[in-house]
Amino acid sequence: MEDFSAKFVSQKISKTRWRPVPAAALQPPELFATGSWDNEENKISVWSVGDFGSLGPNGEYQGEPQLLCDIRHHGDVMDMQFFDQERIVAASSTGSVTIFRHHQNNQTLSVNQRWERAHYHVDPDTPFYGGASCTGVICNNPEIVTVGEDGRINLFRADHREAVRTIENADSSTLHAVTFLRTTEILTVNSIGQLKIWDFRQQRNEPSQIFSLTGDRIPLHCVDRHPNQQHIVATGGQDGMLSIWDVRQGSMPVSLLNAHEAEMWEVHFHPSKPDHLFTCSEDGSLWHWDTSSDVSEKPSFFHQGGRSTTLLSHTANQSVISAWLSNNPTKDRMEITNLVPNQTLSVNSLDVLGPCLVCGTDAEAIYVNRHLLA
Amino acid sequence: MEELDVEPPLTLIPGVDSKSKQMCFAWAPGEMLVYETLFPKECAEKRPGCPNIFIVRKDKDVYSQTLRKLFSESHGIFVGLQRSEEELGGKSRKAQLVRVSKNYRSVIRACMEEMHQLAISTRDPELQCQHSTQVCILSAMELIWNLCEILFVEVAPAGHLLLHLLDWVRLHVCDVDSMVCEVLSSENPSKHKDFWNAVDIFVLQGRMDDARHLLSKEASANPTSMGMCKILDDLMKKMPILSIGNTQTLTEMELKWQHWHEECQRYLQDGTFSSNLHMESICKILLGDENAILEKKELMTTWYHFLVTRLVYSHPTVKPVELRFYAQSSLDLFLGGESSSEPLDSILMAAFEFEIHQVIKECSIALSNWWFVAHLTDLLDHCKLLQSHNLYFGSNMREFLLLEYASGLFSHHSLWQLGVDYFDHCPEYGKVYLELHIERIPLNTEQKALKVLRICEQRQMHEQVRSICKIMAMKAVRNNRLGSALSWSIRAKDAAFATLISDRFLKDYCERGSFSDLDLIDNLGPSMLLSDRLTFLGKYREFHRLYGEKRFSEAAKLLLMLMTAHIAPCSFWMTLLTDALPLLEQKEVIFSAEQTYELMRCLEDLTAGKTDNQKLQVDDVETTKVEILRLALARNLARAIVKEGTLEGS
Repeated sequence: MEDFSAKFVSQKISKTRWRPVPAAALQPPELFATGSWDNEENKISVWSVGDFGSLGPNGEYQGEPQLLCDIRHHGDVMDMQFFDQERIVAASSTGSVTIFRHHQNNQTLSVNQRWERAHYHVDPDTPFYGGASCTGVICNNPEIVTVGEDGRINLFRADHREAVRTIENADSSTLHAVTFLRTTEILTVNSIGQLKIWDFRQQRNEPSQIFSLTGDRIPLHCVDRHPNQQHIVATGGQDGMLSIWDVRQGSMPVSLLNAHEAEMWEVHFHPSKPDHLFTCSEDGSLWHWDTSSDVSEKPSFFHQGGRSTTLLSHTANQSVISAWLSNNPTKDRMEITNLVPNQTLSVNSLDVLGPCLVCGTDAEAIYVNRHLLA
Repeated sequence: MEELDVEPPLTLIPGVDSKSKQMCFAWAPGEMLVYETLFPKECAEKRPGCPNIFIVRKDKDVYSQTLRKLFSESHGIFVGLQRSEEELGGKSRKAQLVRVSKNYRSVIRACMEEMHQLAISTRDPELQCQHSTQVCILSAMELIWNLCEILFVEVAPAGHLLLHLLDWVRLHVCDVDSMVCEVLSSENPSKHKDFWNAVDIFVLQGRMDDARHLLSKEASANPTSMGMCKILDDLMKKMPILSIGNTQTLTEMELKWQHWHEECQRYLQDGTFSSNLHMESICKILLGDENAILEKKELMTTWYHFLVTRLVYSHPTVKPVELRFYAQSSLDLFLGGESSSEPLDSILMAAFEFEIHQVIKECSIALSNWWFVAHLTDLLDHCKLLQSHNLYFGSNMREFLLLEYASGLFSHHSLWQLGVDYFDHCPEYGKVYLELHIERIPLNTEQKALKVLRICEQRQMHEQVRSICKIMAMKAVRNNRLGSALSWSIRAKDAAFATLISDRFLKDYCERGSFSDLDLIDNLGPSMLLSDRLTFLGKYREFHRLYGEKRFSEAAKLLLMLMTAHIAPCSFWMTLLTDALPLLEQKEVIFSAEQTYELMRCLEDLTAGKTDNQKLQVDDVETTKVEILRLALARNLARAIVKEGTLEGS
C-alpha cells in the first residue's frame, strides 16, 4: 500500500486509538494515542499526523506521526479508549483502571483518576491478594465498563471514587473484551467461547442471554457491534475465525468465516461505512473486509417504484440489507485485502475513523494510512 | 582452549571491597549476579560489608531506546532476506542483495541521525558524551558495512571499483560542505583563507566540476593568473573518468588516461604553474605524486582517503586483488610510523585484503554487541562467500553469531520476540536454543502466555506447550478461576488436568449442595470428552437440569447410565443413589423393574466393598441412608412389578 507509512517507536504497541472527531466536523482525525506492553516502563503516548511533513505528489500531507507527549503507565496497557476529546481510559495488567487527561495547551498528559483495585483475585482483605489483569474497557460518557481476568464486570462513572455496580464472578473464565450493545446493555466474550449479554437494569448478577460457538469452545478475543444495526455483532476467536452473530435470534453464530491463522486480536466495523470490517491478528496481517458492492448489482426490488432503502429495512429480507447476515457472505463478492506490507510479527491493535487507519505491531512499528476508502 | 586475542577488560564493582572480601557470582543468560560474601581474604576480620546484589551486563546497548529501533527494523530486513527467493539468477540476485545491504545501511544511518539529534539537544554532559560516542560507533559501523558492500556484495570489477570507492570516501570522510559554504558565502571567495583548501579537497576527492567552479572564481578575481587557471581548468575537464553507463573498455580508458597524464606532465615540466604554488601542487596531485598528496594530510584526515586519492590519480583501473598492496603502503605512508593503528584501521585493512573472517573477528572484538557481525555475516553467507568454516564447537560461523545475537535479545524483557525469528533460521541448533529460552520467559498476563504458546505451537514444540498450559492452568486454579483453568487444559489437551478441575467442581458441589459456575458446566460442548471425569460432570449437571425440568424418566435413565457405564467415580455413587431417592419416592413409578434391579446391584456393590470393621464404624447417618435406600428400592420394585405386570396384560 503506497500510503501506508511505518514508524518504528522502540516499544511494542498493544493498543492504538484515534481521538474522536466532533460529530459536525468533516475533517479526518489528526491525533491518536498508543499504549505499550512488555516494557519495564510502559507508556501511553499521544501522536499527531497531518500537520507535519512535506506535501506529497497529490498535495496531501505525508508526514510521519510525531510524538506529542507521553506518560508512564504501570503495567501493560491491556485496553484503551478515548473517553472524550481530552480524556483517555486505560486498563492495566496490574488490575487498575486509569483516566488520563491530555492537556492540549502545553501538550502533556496527567493522571486524572485511578481505580487501583478494579480487578483482583481473591478478597483483598485476606493476605493472599493479587492483582488480576484488566482485559477490556469500553466507555460511553459518563460510564465506563471494565472486565478482567478475574471474571468481574465493573461499572464506573467518571468522578465517582467507587464502582457504581460490580458483578462479582460474572464468569468462571477470563473475560476478554466488552462492548456496549445498547445504553444499558453490554456484550462480553470469554475464554470458553461464549458471548454474553448483560443488562444493567436488572439487579441479578446473571447474563440475560448466553450465546456459544458450535463445536469446540474456542476462546473469543474481541467483539464489536454494527454501528447502525444493533443486532449484528462480530467476534474474533483464538483460531482466527470471524463469527457474525444476530443477537435477536438463535444462540449460535449466523456465519463463521475462516480468516486468520492465529488469534484475532481486534475486530472493528467502520463507524460510518459499516459495510467495511477490519480485523488484525497474531499472524501479522490486517484484513479489510469489504462487502459493499455497486448499487447496480443489488437485486431488482431496490429499484421498484423509487422506494428508498430505509423503507425496505422494515419489510425486506435482511440478507439483502446487510451482507453480514447472509449465510454465505463471501458469495456476494466480498473483497478481502491484507493491508500490512510485510508481515513479520503480530498486529496487536487497529482503529478506523473516517478515511484513516492506524495499527500497532509487536515489531515496534506503527502504521498509518490516511486514504483508506479512496 | 584457544589463546586470547586481547586482554580481558577489568570491571570494578562499586561498593564491593575487593581488597578485603571475596565476591560470589552466578550466571544468568546474558548477565551475571555478583555480591560480596562474608568470607574475608586472609586475615582481615569479618565485618558486615556491602548489602547489595549487583547485576553485571556486558551488553547495555540492548537497553538503549534509539538502538532499539536498529534492532526492530533490521529484524524486518533479516526476515525478508531469509524469505527471499533463491532461484533468482546471477544479476538480479546480486541486485537484490545489494538492495538489502543498502537497507541495512539506511537503518544504521537513521539511527545515527537520531542519536546525533539527541546528543545535540541534551544538556547533561555525561549523556551527551555517551550519545556522541554512540554516534561515532554507528558511523564506523556504517563505514565498514559500506566497504564490505562494495568489495563483497557488489563485487565491483576494475574500473567501477574505483568509482564506488570514491563515492564511499565522499560520503564518509571529512566535512567538506560546511567549509565550502563558508568560502562561497564570503564576499571575496578567492581571498578566503580556506579557498585553496576547498579546491584541494575537491581535487583530492575527484570532484572535478566543483573544483573547476571554484577555480573560475579565482580566475575572475585575479586576472593575472587567468591563463594558468584556464590551463588547469582544461586539464581537469579532460580527465578521463569511467562512468557507470559508459561502454568503453578498460584498455581504451587506460590509453586515454595515459595520454592525459603525459599532457599534465608536460605542463608541469614546462613550469607553467611555477608562479602559483597552489596550482602547482594541484597539478602534482593530478599526476599522482605521493608526496604532493601526502602534504594535504590534514584535509584528507584518514589513510583510506589517501589510498583512494592515490589510486584515482595513479592507478584508476585498479583490480580488486591489487587493493591490498596499495592499502598497506597507504597506511604506512600516511601514519609515517608516528601513531599506531586503531581497531578500525585493522578492520578496514582486513577488508581490503579480502580476509572476510578476519574482518568479522576483529569487529566482534571491537564492538560490544553482536548485532553488526551477525547481520553482516548472514548477508555475506547469502552471497555465498563464507565457506562452511566449521568452528570447533559445532556450528558454522554464521549460525554461531546469530545464536549469540538472538540469545542476547532473549535476555531483554521485550525484544525476545525478535529473537524467535533468528533462532528459526539457524538450522542446526536454533530449535534447541529456542526451546531452552522460551521456557524462561516470565508469563505475567494471559495475553503474553497466549503469544508464547502460539510461537510454540507453530513450531511443534509440544513439550513447551504442555508445560506453559499447565503453569497457566495451575495459576488459574489457585485463583479459583476454574473456567480459565479448563480452557487452558483444553488448549493443551491435558486430560489429567481436566480431571483435576472436575474433581474440584464436584468437591464444591458436595460441600455446598449446588454447582458453581453453571455457565461453564452447562456449556461444555465437545470438550466434555476430554476426560472421563469431565464427562461425568457434564452429564451429572444434565441430570440435575432434567430433574429441574421434571423430565423424570429421562433423568432416571441418565442417572442409571452414569453408574452402570462406570462414568461416575466410585466415591460418588452414594451421592448418586441418594439423588435417586426422590425419584423412587415419586407417586408414579419412574424406575422400571429392570432399572430397580440395577440400582440394587449398585447399592450392594457399594456396601459389599466395605469390610465388617468399617461397617461397625460407619456412623448412623450412613447406615440410615442405606436403610432408607433399601426400603425405597424394595417399594419401587414392588410397584414396578405390579405396574409392568398390569400393563402387559392389557
